[in-house]
Amino acid sequence: MHIDKDLVAASATPLVLAILAEGESYGYAILKRVRELSGGELEWTDGMIYPLLHRLPRLGYVTTEWRSPPEGRRRRYYAITDDGRAALAEQQRQWLTVTRALGDVWPGSGGLATAFGEA
Amino acid sequence: MDGVDAQIAEWRAYVTKAPAVDGRDVDELEAHLRDQIDELDMAGLTDDEAFLVAVKRIGDLDTLSREFAREHSGRLWKQLVLRGEDEPARPSSGWFEAFVLALAAAITIQAARLLADFPGEPPGWLLRNLGLFVLPFLAGYFSRRRQLDLCGWALTAAPFLVTGLVVNLYPFRAGSATELVVGLHLPVVLWFAVAYPYMGGTIRSQERRMDFVRFTGEWAIYYALLALGGGVLLGLTTLILEPIGTDVAERVVEWVLPSGAAGAVIVAGWLVESKQRVVENMAPVLTMIFTPLFAVMLTVAAATYAVSGFTRAFDRELLGVFDALMVVVLGLVLYAMSAREPSEPAGLMDRIQLLAVMSALLLNLMVLGSMAARIGDLGFTPNRIAALGLNLVLLVNLAGAAWLSLRFLRGRIALHGLERWQTSYLPIFALWAATVVAVLPPLFAFT
Repeated sequence: MHIDKDLVAASATPLVLAILAEGESYGYAILKRVRELSGGELEWTDGMIYPLLHRLPRLGYVTTEWRSPPEGRRRRYYAITDDGRAALAEQQRQWLTVTRALGDVWPGSGGLATAFGEA
Repeated sequence: MDGVDAQIAEWRAYVTKAPAVDGRDVDELEAHLRDQIDELDMAGLTDDEAFLVAVKRIGDLDTLSREFAREHSGRLWKQLVLRGEDEPARPSSGWFEAFVLALAAAITIQAARLLADFPGEPPGWLLRNLGLFVLPFLAGYFSRRRQLDLCGWALTAAPFLVTGLVVNLYPFRAGSATELVVGLHLPVVLWFAVAYPYMGGTIRSQERRMDFVRFTGEWAIYYALLALGGGVLLGLTTLILEPIGTDVAERVVEWVLPSGAAGAVIVAGWLVESKQRVVENMAPVLTMIFTPLFAVMLTVAAATYAVSGFTRAFDRELLGVFDALMVVVLGLVLYAMSAREPSEPAGLMDRIQLLAVMSALLLNLMVLGSMAARIGDLGFTPNRIAALGLNLVLLVNLAGAAWLSLRFLRGRIALHGLERWQTSYLPIFALWAATVVAVLPPLFAFT
C-alpha cells in the first residue's frame, strides 16, 4: 500500500514524539522503530528524519546531546521533554478525533474506530 | 572495511558541500550511514552493496539540503537553496534591478535637493519626506524579487501612500518640534513597510520575521561599510579637486553625497540578498567581540551611577542618549539571537549578554526614576513624549528578554520562547513609530 505523502508528513512529528516517549533514542533507531510499528508501510527517506529532529529542540519538545556509548559509535541522542509530552498528548487528541470522524462516516469500519477511541 | 571508509569519506566531502548542511549534521548523517551499512553487512550484503543501498536510502541530496534549509533558514538565504523546480531560476543575482532602483533613488533625492535649494536652510518638507524619497525603491526591489502578485504590490504601496499623505497634509508650522519628530520616526515606519515585501507578504510567519531582523542587522553592516568606503572616496576627491578651487570640491560633495547615501540603501539591500555568506561569517564574530565590551561598559556605568546618583542637573538630551543605548543593546541581543545556532545549549555568551541587558535596564530605570521625579517642572513636549515613549517600549522589550533569557539559562524554556517574544514584539515598534507620526502632531497642534 502506498501512503500519501502529505499523510506521512503529518504523522511524522507525533510518531517521532511517541517513539521518544518510550525512551531516548537516535535517528537510525527511531527510523527502524517507525518501520517496525508500521510493518514497513510508512516509508520515509532516511535523511528526512534529521531536519524534523532538528525542529523539535527549537520548539522545546526534545533535548539533544552527542554521546558515545562504551560499545558503539558516537551518536546524537534525543530525549523528550515535558513540553514534548504535552504536545504529544495534544496531537493524540487531534488524531483520535480525526480517526473517529472517519470511522463514523466510513461504512463497515465503525468497529475499528470505536476500538481506537477507547484505546 | 578500508574500501567503505574511503567511500564514506568521499560521500562526506560531497555532502559537506550542500549549503544548508553543516559539519555536525554531516556527522549525524555519517553515523546513520554507518549504522545502516553494518546492518546490511549482517544481512549478507557485500560492503560495496551495503554502501550503495545505505546512500540511496538517505535520499537525494538536493531534497535533503532543501529540507535542512527550511529548518535552518538562518544558515543561509532561503531562496538560494529553496528554489524549487517550479520557480524559474534567476539568471543573474539581480544586480541590474538593484542598480536601476539605486539610480532611481539617487535621482529622486537629487531632484528633491535641487527643489529644496539645499544646502541652505532646508525646508520642512524635505526633512519630513526623506524616508519617502528612498525606501519605496527598496520596497519595490523586494516586491519584484519576491514576485508579489498585484494584491501584494498594492499592500506594499499602501503604507507609503498613507504616510505620504499624512506627513504632507498635516499643517506643520515651520521649524516646529513635531515636524522634526515626524522626520525622525517616518523612516522607522517605512522600514517596517519594507518588511512586508521582504517577507513575501507572509508577515505572520515568525521565522520570516526573524529573517527580517537578520536582514536589518546585515543591511546596517553593509551600509556602514559602504559609507566608510564612500567617505574615503569623497575625502580624496575633495583633496584632489581643492587646487582647482574649494568651490568645485564643495559642489562635488553637494551632488555626490545625497545621491550616494540614497543609492547605498538599495545597494546594501542587494548585497545582503546576494552576498549573504560574506556577512554571515562576519556577523557572529562582530557580536562576539562587541557583546562583552558592551557588557563591561554598561556594568561599569550602572555601578558608577548607582554610587554617585544623577547629581548633575537632569539633561534633556540624556533620555535620547539612553534611548540610543537601549536600541544598540537590543540590536546586539536580536543579532546574537538570529546568528545563533538554535540547538546549542545556553553558554557563556548568553550569560554575558544577559549581564549587558540587565545593566542597561538598571541604568535606564535610574534615568526614568530621576525623570519621573522632575516630570512636573519639565512638562511635556513632543520631543520628550517621543523619547519617553520609545524608552518605555524598549524597556518592556528588554525586561521581557531578560526574564526569558534567565529562564532559558536555567533550562526552563527553549530558545524558541525567546525568539517568539522578540518576533511577536516587532509590530509594537512599528505601531509606536506610526503613532508618533500620525497622532503626536495633531496632539500638539503641529507646533
